[in-house]
Amino acid sequence: MELHDLPKPKDLMNIDLNRPPETGWMDSRAQFKEGTYSYPAAGKNLKALGMPNPRQWSPTDDDWKLPENWREIILQGMKERLEKYRSFRLFMDICVRCGACADKCHFFIGSGDPKNMPVLRAELIRSVYRNDFTLVGKMLGRLGGGRELTLDVLKEWFYYFFQCTECRRCSVFCPYGIDTAEVTMIGRELLNLVGLNINWVMEPVANCFRTGNHLGIPPHGLVDMWQFMVDDIEDITGVKVNLPINKKGAEILFVTPSGDYFADPGTYTCMGYLMLFHELGLDYTWSTYASEGGNFGLFTSHEMIKRLNAKIYAEAKRLGVKWILGGECGHMWRVMHQYMETMNGPADFLEEPVSPITGTKFENSKQTKMVHITEFTSDLIKNGKLKLDPSRNDKYVATFHDSCNPARAAGLLEEPRYVIRNVTNNFYEMPENTIREQTYCCGGGAGLGNDENIDMRMRGAFPRASALRHVRDKHNVNHLLCMCAIDRATLTALTEYWAPEVSVGGIHELVANALIMEGENERALDLRGEPFVDVEEDE
Amino acid sequence: MTGTVHDSASGLYQVIAKELPWSLDIVVEIAQGIIMKSGLLEEKRTIIKRWINLTVDTYPSESGSFLRNQKDQFANPVGAAIAQGAEALFDWVTGDSKEYSPLVVRRLDDIVRIRAVQQFSPSNAVAFVFLLKNSIREVVSKKFSKDSGHFGELLEIESRIDSLALTAFDMYMKCREKLFEMRAMEIRNRTSRILERACNKYGAPHEW
Repeated sequence: MELHDLPKPKDLMNIDLNRPPETGWMDSRAQFKEGTYSYPAAGKNLKALGMPNPRQWSPTDDDWKLPENWREIILQGMKERLEKYRSFRLFMDICVRCGACADKCHFFIGSGDPKNMPVLRAELIRSVYRNDFTLVGKMLGRLGGGRELTLDVLKEWFYYFFQCTECRRCSVFCPYGIDTAEVTMIGRELLNLVGLNINWVMEPVANCFRTGNHLGIPPHGLVDMWQFMVDDIEDITGVKVNLPINKKGAEILFVTPSGDYFADPGTYTCMGYLMLFHELGLDYTWSTYASEGGNFGLFTSHEMIKRLNAKIYAEAKRLGVKWILGGECGHMWRVMHQYMETMNGPADFLEEPVSPITGTKFENSKQTKMVHITEFTSDLIKNGKLKLDPSRNDKYVATFHDSCNPARAAGLLEEPRYVIRNVTNNFYEMPENTIREQTYCCGGGAGLGNDENIDMRMRGAFPRASALRHVRDKHNVNHLLCMCAIDRATLTALTEYWAPEVSVGGIHELVANALIMEGENERALDLRGEPFVDVEEDE
Repeated sequence: MTGTVHDSASGLYQVIAKELPWSLDIVVEIAQGIIMKSGLLEEKRTIIKRWINLTVDTYPSESGSFLRNQKDQFANPVGAAIAQGAEALFDWVTGDSKEYSPLVVRRLDDIVRIRAVQQFSPSNAVAFVFLLKNSIREVVSKKFSKDSGHFGELLEIESRIDSLALTAFDMYMKCREKLFEMRAMEIRNRTSRILERACNKYGAPHEW
């Protein structure tokens, strides 16, 4: 046989590689592939919140059951927001498309889809802005970068604005300081006006509005859950810890994400708080009303952030506490740090936070009166107020995933590391361009951490996973620490798919493992009920 | 130039073969195999580069230059997986080992695991393996004359690529099954803890 008898390579290779259409980005339509989009909000949740157009629909249907005048509604909504938010108009006007942000988005890096480039994602809305709100766009149309708002464009908005986790990594690199997350936020606000939203956001919002927490747990359910944790702690340590609930006149109100009440491994972090506060003899209280630190209003609209956040100051006032302590949560800290005081303040009925144990003034929290738990704990450690045995965490070789919002929105970079270094003996950092301000998102924030969106989550998770696999291979890292409830849920899936040998947990779980408590039994088990030292290793 | 190397080497083998008592055919066959492989190895960089380019071309063109040119493996983990994978898989395909080394498994899995969650159809997700054939054929058709009788070797190499593709398909299926399992587990875990607590407090459902 000779070479020329063989079919030509191209013929033999008759596999349609189906390259995406090479039409320009303005003309290619969004492809709703199973696994890459979130299911729409159930009508009952929109009704509960008084939001427009509650109905049953699916993104794969041709007819999205939009109001007849949807186009006018969106353009009117844009007009109002351009007038109301100077930042939005500025972000629409000043981008020079330099491309600095283009390759910084975890979804772009993991998918190779150009519309996941932050610049192009923003361009989806910016093109409509040019077309309808600028003179150049009105005159030149497409030549001026303008694009008419058609049904396909709207569908594309829905697809891509729910493919942004609002992590703000791209804005770290923007020379003009454009915050793409805010563009996404406005994009989602506009979509909400015609009833385009996802259930993984709207159900927690509706629940939160009704009961105060995302899961919709009524007060007695919460008490049961916390009581279970107290029992578990007693089984493990022999110490029955205090459980102050709705205690009027307590010094501190403690607020944390409800995701940590039910779902492992968040529950271990929650048990950690209970143990720490008990050991300190802290005069604090849990609340069955301000039972949620998370705020999915952030992923809905500015008005919704305010509505859901209001309960925290209201409860602090009702209980008469001096200041507020907040647990390990991610986007909660963006809300606390950047919106709460403006939206629901001034918190002039509270005092400037002072640690009752060390006397340290948290001057950075003068305005909000709310302190992050790692600020609080690192101060305790610094002042030698905790008895710690880091060797109890020796089976872990840990690394730390900076959760997007505490890192980029609140600048909490050193405090968590200080705590980790004092409660473990084995800690390694991931590569520098994947941590701190440049940290990669878990791929499941901003309401995208649902099971139906699993392919997209894994795309977005890959940059983080690639850095994690590097330290796993180099330093045998087997435990991924984080301080965000969404992280604890979504990183568990990330490691399951990309690095199955690595477990996930919160910082205060390790604090509580290492914490030597007064009256504790001869402890052999960690908070997961597992031996401190792996049996095989011991042998 | 490469053609000259091949021709003179081939001549040399035939001269040596004449001096040896074994069957000439066997010696020539072995020699040609070596020549074929050494010829491909000489062009290793070209073949790998072409293969990487063909694979990157399965992504939208706007993303191509990023995937190709950003060399930091943490800034561009997909591009890094393709580049590292291409090297290791090429070495296996042109080698003699019938077994996969852990490195080969890891590198193949890296690429498949990524493509299993991207926008590709199942066939497109694993088709990048076959693109190595395109790359090799382009080089072979330039480097060797049509009647040089190397098709046995070429087919052998192509068979190795085929087995790599089948392995990639197995890996792809494992990835998809893992994703479905993860979805099911996430739904289960949402309520399992609550049920466990409820059962602890009120007893198992059959006791109610």
